[in-house]
Amino acid sequence: MNPQVLGIFWPFGVFMIMLSVIGIYCMLLTYNLVRVLIGLELLIKAATLLVLTVGYCNGHIAQAQALVVTFIVIEVVVMTVAVGVVLGIRSHNGSLDVRKIRNLKG
Amino acid sequence: MLSGLILLPFFSLIILNLPFRALMRRLSFGLFQCLALAQIILVLSPSVFLSGSSSFGVDRFFKFNLINDNLTRLMLLCIGMVLLVTVFVCRYTIKGPSERFNFINLLLIALIGTNGVVMANDIFSLFVFMEITAVASFILVAFHKKADALEAAFKYIILSEFAAVLMLTAIALLLFICGSASFPAINAALKNSPQNFLIMPAIGIFLCGLFVKAGLVPFHAWLPDAHSAAPAAVSVFLSGLQIKILGAYTAIRLVTSVFGYSRPVTQILMLVGSVSIIFGGLAALRQSDFKRMLAYSSISQVGYIFLGLGSGSALGLLGAVFHLFNHAVFKSLLFVNAAAVEAQAGTRDMDKMSGLAARMPLTGLTSLLAGLSAAGVPPLAGFWSKLIIVAALWISGHYVYAFAAVLGSLITLAYILSLQRRVFFGKIKAEFQEVKEAGFALALPALVLAAITVAVGIIFPFLAQMPKF
Amino acid sequence: MVITVDIIILIFMILGALWAVMTRSLLRSAIALAFTSAVLSVLMFKLNAPLAAVFELSVCTGLISVLFISTISLTHPLTWEEIFQHMRERHKRFKYLPFIIVAVGIGLSMVSVKLNLPLPAPETNNDMRIVLWNLRRLDVIGQVVILLCGVFGVVILFKDEDKK
Repeated sequence: MNPQVLGIFWPFGVFMIMLSVIGIYCMLLTYNLVRVLIGLELLIKAATLLVLTVGYCNGHIAQAQALVVTFIVIEVVVMTVAVGVVLGIRSHNGSLDVRKIRNLKG
Repeated sequence: MLSGLILLPFFSLIILNLPFRALMRRLSFGLFQCLALAQIILVLSPSVFLSGSSSFGVDRFFKFNLINDNLTRLMLLCIGMVLLVTVFVCRYTIKGPSERFNFINLLLIALIGTNGVVMANDIFSLFVFMEITAVASFILVAFHKKADALEAAFKYIILSEFAAVLMLTAIALLLFICGSASFPAINAALKNSPQNFLIMPAIGIFLCGLFVKAGLVPFHAWLPDAHSAAPAAVSVFLSGLQIKILGAYTAIRLVTSVFGYSRPVTQILMLVGSVSIIFGGLAALRQSDFKRMLAYSSISQVGYIFLGLGSGSALGLLGAVFHLFNHAVFKSLLFVNAAAVEAQAGTRDMDKMSGLAARMPLTGLTSLLAGLSAAGVPPLAGFWSKLIIVAALWISGHYVYAFAAVLGSLITLAYILSLQRRVFFGKIKAEFQEVKEAGFALALPALVLAAITVAVGIIFPFLAQMPKF
Repeated sequence: MVITVDIIILIFMILGALWAVMTRSLLRSAIALAFTSAVLSVLMFKLNAPLAAVFELSVCTGLISVLFISTISLTHPLTWEEIFQHMRERHKRFKYLPFIIVAVGIGLSMVSVKLNLPLPAPETNNDMRIVLWNLRRLDVIGQVVILLCGVFGVVILFKDEDKK
């Protein structure tokens, strides 16, 4: 394989790991429900970046694009459902603060 | 023919949503029952119907790459059975015709999703159908929009999507080594490539994603909330089918056909399985909510399936698959009884109930049978599957894990008997004098499932030839 | 490590993500997420994936940001006192993040990865449309089903039963 193409993998991989760390940090340390969703979005972007990078290094960029397009459709539907649930929680509790929502225990 | 199991619900979904409102509402319940029954009958019929590829125009356009072996057919049978039970329960517990119409549409989407998962021959198609089932169950958990159901749904969404991201990362790493995404191609590429540093992390990350979806112990945080706060029919679907199809079946298919039994994989599977068994059982002992105890019991029983899978032998695999089928039967039965009790007594708190067996004899008897099958008491079906798993572990030399499995069985017996004593036996309290037995829509699936448990348990030792996987 | 245009664009993406996490107001966080999506779309274009880039730009930058901003606009505005206290608390938790990211980045770039893997043969047809519609037809059916599921989700979850 072309070594220059393969050399792309590790820089993109490092940045993908950094993006995932940002996303996980955001999801763990926030008190707001919408920011949890933003952290999840960052994780999903990191995963799509990895799929495309691997596709580029492999030579199979068309298949990687097909996978990414399918996954973007799934992501949009999941985010819509999640926003619907967040709106429902807000209409029950009046706020989006995780510390105030303690209905389920044990 | 097998692609019809995905296409037929898909076209029914489109037809059901054409703008003939009143007609479609009346039609939806019967249509779903017909689809589920057709699936059961198709699986049990001789395999000449399934494997013939027709040369009609439909098949030429929709040419999919689907698996058709015994494991898939057993899974399709489980799917048909549990979804049929779910739609019966929903008839009883979901009032209101437009709500029931939405519910049945979502169950149709879940049927398409689970059928796709068990029949996919391609790792990314498996992932897509897994996400379809997951999104359908997010909406189903939040269906009545109560406060605790919405919170449980949010926790479930976050953890499930985290698992999806993990699985997509693992798929990307696997695609580095292999060009196409189908199972045989990945299997060949994994066998041919040298021991390089990308394979083990990819398999490990994928298995972590599967542990989240199956609700095993480090990642089980969503399961008790989602299964107990969901509407009654949805709990039957989630616990009886979804954690097993998305978690256990996928693990079985991938470990046997794609990843192969390597030593770290089996060690991780057995460790996580046994920890889940003990933890799930101990946590179930402390619960006072009926459905929450059943949810922790699900964690425990899925641990058995992973323990059997991780033992690495054909006997262990047989035990795991048989336990998967048994768990679908008895857990659905237990949740049907929970639905009956909740509908009649109005509460899920076990400390407030007692002595319901006097007024609800059918529910009491069937839940006793299901509970004893879960605990592994002969001659019911659960005894044989647990015996096979323990025997497989003992033969392959993992004495500690075999001991953990037997201990888990004893803990299961303990909390099942505690459940029975608290809810059904004893003297009936004053406020429960007027409860009636559950209606026909709940009694029929309960009877059929209990009959299946007893029949499989009695017939199993006489099966001369074990099915080959 | 050669400083190419790719590395600069990647650094912009990380900066956008950091801004999305560390900023106090949710509205700016959603806009920063849209910015990160746009930069990611440029990256995809540079990786010879134009169709995925256009998809990501229109869907993630546009649709999801509209979703988030419409959710955020339903929150109550805080009073000034609450805002200052909230900022102080947040700052305590989130101030370590840039240092962690820089440390992780420098640490990982020191590791040199030898990729001597046998790569598979390059694919025969380079057009994504052919791959999606002919080879991955099951995925297309899956996409249609999940979109229908999303429609049902919107109908069920977004309907207000009783307005207070």
